[in-house]
Amino acid sequence: MGLKTKINAEDGKQEMLITREFDLPVELLFKAYEEAEIVEQWMGTKVLKLENKPHGGYRFETSDDKGNVVFRANGTIHEFIPDRKITRTFEMENAPFGVQLEFLEFEKLTDDTSKLTIHAVYRSVELRDQILKLPFAQGINMAHNRLQEIVNKLK
Amino acid sequence: MNLRRDVFQAIADPTRRAILLLVASHAMTAGAIASNFDTARPTVSKHLQILTECELLKQEQTGREIYYHLNPKKMKEIADFIEPFRKMWDDRFNKLESIMKNYKPKK
Repeated sequence: MGLKTKINAEDGKQEMLITREFDLPVELLFKAYEEAEIVEQWMGTKVLKLENKPHGGYRFETSDDKGNVVFRANGTIHEFIPDRKITRTFEMENAPFGVQLEFLEFEKLTDDTSKLTIHAVYRSVELRDQILKLPFAQGINMAHNRLQEIVNKLK
Repeated sequence: MNLRRDVFQAIADPTRRAILLLVASHAMTAGAIASNFDTARPTVSKHLQILTECELLKQEQTGREIYYHLNPKKMKEIADFIEPFRKMWDDRFNKLESIMKNYKPKK
């Protein structure tokens, strides 16, 4: 069984490729990126703004259950070609990673299947590697936090 | 946490990556490893020390010589570091797929 989502990040390069094949017609796959309500559902974030056009922009915001904002991101849309392509920037706010450039390509494979390729370019190799390690580090943090919660309950 | 024990810190250096590649084929002494580099011997020793501290290399005494071996277990840890990132995207895309499978266009 092959992995559905693949990450290709070559050593020493300031870019990466994320590819994924979907059991969805390309139109539906694209719609998941186009409609704010749907983006909210699968990205698990609030969409404050989503202007799907050249010179348009977008803003995401995620809060924890106490209402504290834990994640904010924004970007500018450079290209928006329905069912085919989105070119945009992405930047996490209050984070030291800077802006990244993203080329999203939507491809029809058959009438019912499609493929998404995200080509992300970073300012440096170091920044790319830090972004790649982020969920790795978060995983460790989360494990620590869970441990802390369990310990707190024991007190 | 001691930074030097971070395996990612260890492989960030090109000389250290080259050392790992060398030792991957067969165990080598510090002298044999150093002979592959133009760098001064103490510099290579320092790299070997860092790689050993973060357990990417293991030392083994054979007679009077100390041989450096690759520690495959630790190497696997590095190979897998991308996995949580991949998993994060895989989870998101799985969600996207199931949402869109139930998608009913609005009138």
